[in-house]
Amino acid sequence: MSDLFDIIVIGAGPAGMSAATEASRHGASVCMLDEQQTAGGQIYRNVVHSPAARSRILGADYRAGLLMTQNTNESGVVHRTRATVWKVDKDGSVAFTVDGQAEQIRGRHVILANGAMERSVPIPGWTSPGVMTVGAAQILMKSSGIVPVGAVLVGVGPLLYLVATQLVAAGAPPKALIETQTKSDLIAAMPHFLPALKGWKQLAKGMQMIAALRWAGVPRFKGATEIEITGGASVEGVRFRAQGREKTIHTTTVFLHQGVVPNTQITRSIGLDHEYNTAQHSFAPITDDCGQSSNSVFSIAGDGAGIGGAKDAALSGKISALNALRQIGKITQSTCDGMAKPLLKRRRAELAIRPFLDAAYPPPASVLRPADDTIICRCEDVRAGDIRRYAALGCRGPNQTKAFGRSGMGPCQGRYCGLTVTEILVEETGQRHEKVGSYRIRAPLKPITLKELASLALPQETDKSK
Amino acid sequence: MTTIVIGGGVVGLSLAYGLLKQGKDVIVLDGEDDDFRASRGNFGLIWIQGKGANAPHYAMWSRRSASVWEGFAKDLFAETGVDVAYQNAGGIDYFTDEDELETQVQSLTKLRGDLGGDYPFEILDHVGLKARVPEIGPKVIGGIYSLMDGHVNPLYLMRALSIAVRQAGGQVKTGARVVDVDAQDRDFTAILADGTKITGDALVLAAGLGATDLSKSLGFAAPIRPQQGQILITEKLPFFLKYPSGTLRQVNEGGVQIGASKAEVGFDDDEDIATSAILAQHAIDIFPHLENVKLVRSWAALRIMSPDGLPIYQRSPRALGASFVTCHSGITLAAAHACLMPDWLLERNNAPDVSAFSESRFHV
Amino acid sequence: MFKFIDGEDTQTSISFLLEDQKIEATEGMSVAAALLANGITTFRQSAVSNEGRGPFCLMGTCYECVVLIDGVHVQACMTQVRAGLSVDRIPTATTGIEE
Ligand SMILES: Cc1cc2nc3c(=O)[nH]c(=O)nc-3n(C[C@H](O)[C@H](O)[C@H](O)COP(=O)(O)OP(=O)(O)OC[C@H]3O[C@@H](n4cnc5c(N)ncnc54)[C@H](O)[C@@H]3O)c2cc1C
Ligand SMILES: Cc1cc2nc3c(=O)[nH]c(=O)nc-3n(C[C@H](O)[C@H](O)[C@H](O)COP(=O)(O)OP(=O)(O)OC[C@H]3O[C@@H](n4cnc5c(N)ncnc54)[C@H](O)[C@@H]3O)c2cc1C
Ligand code: FES
Repeated sequence: MSDLFDIIVIGAGPAGMSAATEASRHGASVCMLDEQQTAGGQIYRNVVHSPAARSRILGADYRAGLLMTQNTNESGVVHRTRATVWKVDKDGSVAFTVDGQAEQIRGRHVILANGAMERSVPIPGWTSPGVMTVGAAQILMKSSGIVPVGAVLVGVGPLLYLVATQLVAAGAPPKALIETQTKSDLIAAMPHFLPALKGWKQLAKGMQMIAALRWAGVPRFKGATEIEITGGASVEGVRFRAQGREKTIHTTTVFLHQGVVPNTQITRSIGLDHEYNTAQHSFAPITDDCGQSSNSVFSIAGDGAGIGGAKDAALSGKISALNALRQIGKITQSTCDGMAKPLLKRRRAELAIRPFLDAAYPPPASVLRPADDTIICRCEDVRAGDIRRYAALGCRGPNQTKAFGRSGMGPCQGRYCGLTVTEILVEETGQRHEKVGSYRIRAPLKPITLKELASLALPQETDKSK
Repeated sequence: MTTIVIGGGVVGLSLAYGLLKQGKDVIVLDGEDDDFRASRGNFGLIWIQGKGANAPHYAMWSRRSASVWEGFAKDLFAETGVDVAYQNAGGIDYFTDEDELETQVQSLTKLRGDLGGDYPFEILDHVGLKARVPEIGPKVIGGIYSLMDGHVNPLYLMRALSIAVRQAGGQVKTGARVVDVDAQDRDFTAILADGTKITGDALVLAAGLGATDLSKSLGFAAPIRPQQGQILITEKLPFFLKYPSGTLRQVNEGGVQIGASKAEVGFDDDEDIATSAILAQHAIDIFPHLENVKLVRSWAALRIMSPDGLPIYQRSPRALGASFVTCHSGITLAAAHACLMPDWLLERNNAPDVSAFSESRFHV
Repeated sequence: MFKFIDGEDTQTSISFLLEDQKIEATEGMSVAAALLANGITTFRQSAVSNEGRGPFCLMGTCYECVVLIDGVHVQACMTQVRAGLSVDRIPTATTGIEE
């Protein structure tokens, strides 16, 4: 039989670690699952094992994660590492795999803290080997200590600048930054500037990063359009248009970034309510202030509930732990409210800068709604034009286009094409994002072997599959 | 005048396609993206062996459909350029239990007698089976091969039909949920959720599980219920499996499909581990080398079941010109629906005799 | 092209095989990173178009880095290097239609 915990936390990033530690502090039995080798999530990935020189390059914000992971390790939380969650049930059952062995546990309450992923960047040539995401470049630094030589970074957003400066610090300055941000994006962001001043520390960090890039002499091309990766079997360069001129920069390594979006695979798979966030151009599960989702068994914390960044993730993790404790009767409603109040206030301050960032670093239309011949589903090689053709054949939702042309049927389970397909169908059918909807997500959330699955068959049951 | 087809699943589209070929004007009204749609959740078999074990007329009807399937697939390819991956190399049912094999052989032998001897199948022991399918595991004690069976890619079939119906001049309105029908003799008005009215002089109710809501106003009993089936699909593998079976087949894109369970759980199409684990074990029992193969997805879909599992073909007792069509083997019968049923819908003398599939069989 | 971060300890070297090519790596690296550091960017072929593909996200979400280890398709970016590891490329995809 499977183990029952008071609270299961999925994800060991800042949100998951804070949630698990807080819940455990109040006497709940907590199991935290994460597929990484160590706790840390995206921002603090591998911080525990990072050599001193590497940690110095990655910066103070990275090193701050060390304390958090230590606190988590010292709490009573059962942390299962290398635990890939592949099915979550509406009743709080969670199936996962560690080193090829499947297990099932159940939580009286489950906190989903599975974080964000980078937005897909379907542009011509993006499937060529040598094209990766900016997050990937950072992961190679954090986990493996390697850096690209003469890479070109393409896109928009704070992480683009952060990784560029980290590369500079690591002795591998990018050959160039090709940025899709336009003047009008900045103008659109101005109304959000004054409220954003509450987050002046973050703004100041941003200015420092820009200065560091200038100091290092990294060329920046702003307002770039018509971006295309050249080469075929492998990358040869990036062609684009900026300031009215076409330009090609030669390189064998390109990193793309267009911001991060909530990873909604789990929340979709259990049928939670979602809404479309027009400022962040993505779907997010609907929660109340305390992270409670539309199913009483599930809270959602961190970037998986909407992009707020690492500090906000840690705060929301704590709050969702209080919510979970209240749901299972470990604390009273008034204790929960009382403890959550100051945290909620800090969250509001933390989030003050978001509207500005969202407006200043939007994904361009050419990425949201790619040209017909651009591949949008990497797993099945489906192009944007295919989706438009299926729309003309009457497909009104992503599940219909999936059935017609296999977009979203590959092993990534539609993580990279999902938002694009929805966006194209919004454009083609004139329906709202919520109405178009998204893929129906099914188990396994990540592929598992048949042997692993079969190992969960109840022994007393026999084959009645015919 | 126009024939209104309610439902754009494989049944509705096959019938619409057939009617268009007969020169009729057709409008198909189809529902929403998240409707229950058996047509995109099924196993893709054109399966004959064992079907209609106690209903020889159904066995015959299924075979008739299988016999016109090849031509149907060719027509669709010629008209739409979509190859529905029709394969008719025959099918094999695998057995791991002597008694089950024996029972099935008896059942097929009886059916062969009922059908006057024309019912080809071959019983294979482990060695004979291994010669044909070397990948079988030691637990497989034997199998039954029949050249009557085949399979297609049901999703390509849906796409091909969607294109073909439009090309033949049919109108297909999607996102068009019918909420009510005003039925007079040869005068029908379908009312959509948004209030739009669609009129026609004939109407076919082919709305799968959605038929129940509309059956009253047309005078059908529509005794149908959902029956859940779960299916697994693996990552793409190099081709190894020529013959489909009732539970295992390799689809044209390379993945191995494993299915399908049967459960009476109402309108629930969530997949569950207890069921899928059994399917996975079954696949490993038959083909041990699949144990390390990755499962990419599982899903559940709802069959549309009549009380005896056979199709229902019923003319409306209330309004001339309306018919109800439903079945739980819509892929197998797609060719019959496209090629043979239009004559019945058009009330022609040369129509196939499907009276044994009317609703009257349920209230005797 | 990739190199080690300045000042990294690259002494704790271990080696493993990609098919019959010897790959040098350091403890704690992912298989994907080790291959990239050895100049290998194409890991597999698209099962649909046969075009070359390589790692994209490095965080376990895209499945572009899949390789064959001990007979199982695994994500190279989620697998850590071990001495003596034997990594193969997954068989080039074929469609299910028998030729
Ligand atoms: C690639 C990447 C790099 C980033 N780098 C930075 C950075 O350097 N600085 C910064 O401020 N922000 C960065 N961010 C933004 C980041 O989202 C937040 O800063 C912060 O990490 C969010 O915290 P979280 O706890 O919500 O989620 P995460 O930190 O993302 O943690 C989620 C955890 O859930 C685990 N997980 C997800 N799905 C499963 C599953 N099915 N089974 C098991 N485990 C699972 C993941 O392994 C991960 O460890 C990055 C984002 C991405 C995607
Ligand atoms: C797991 C499983 C495996 C199967 N395997 C096989 C197999 O191997 N071989 C085989 O031959 N058969 C198989 N079947 C059966 C086959 O899939 C069905 O017989 C067939 O798909 C039924 O098609 P349909 O058009 O009647 O229903 P559906 O595909 O359900 O279509 C009904 C359509 O009607 C529409 N609709 C409903 N209500 C309304 C309304 N009020 N207004 C407008 N539109 C409406 C819906 O939007 C939908 O598109 C299987 C079924 C399942 C579930
Ligand atoms: S590179 Fe994306 S899953 Fe490994």
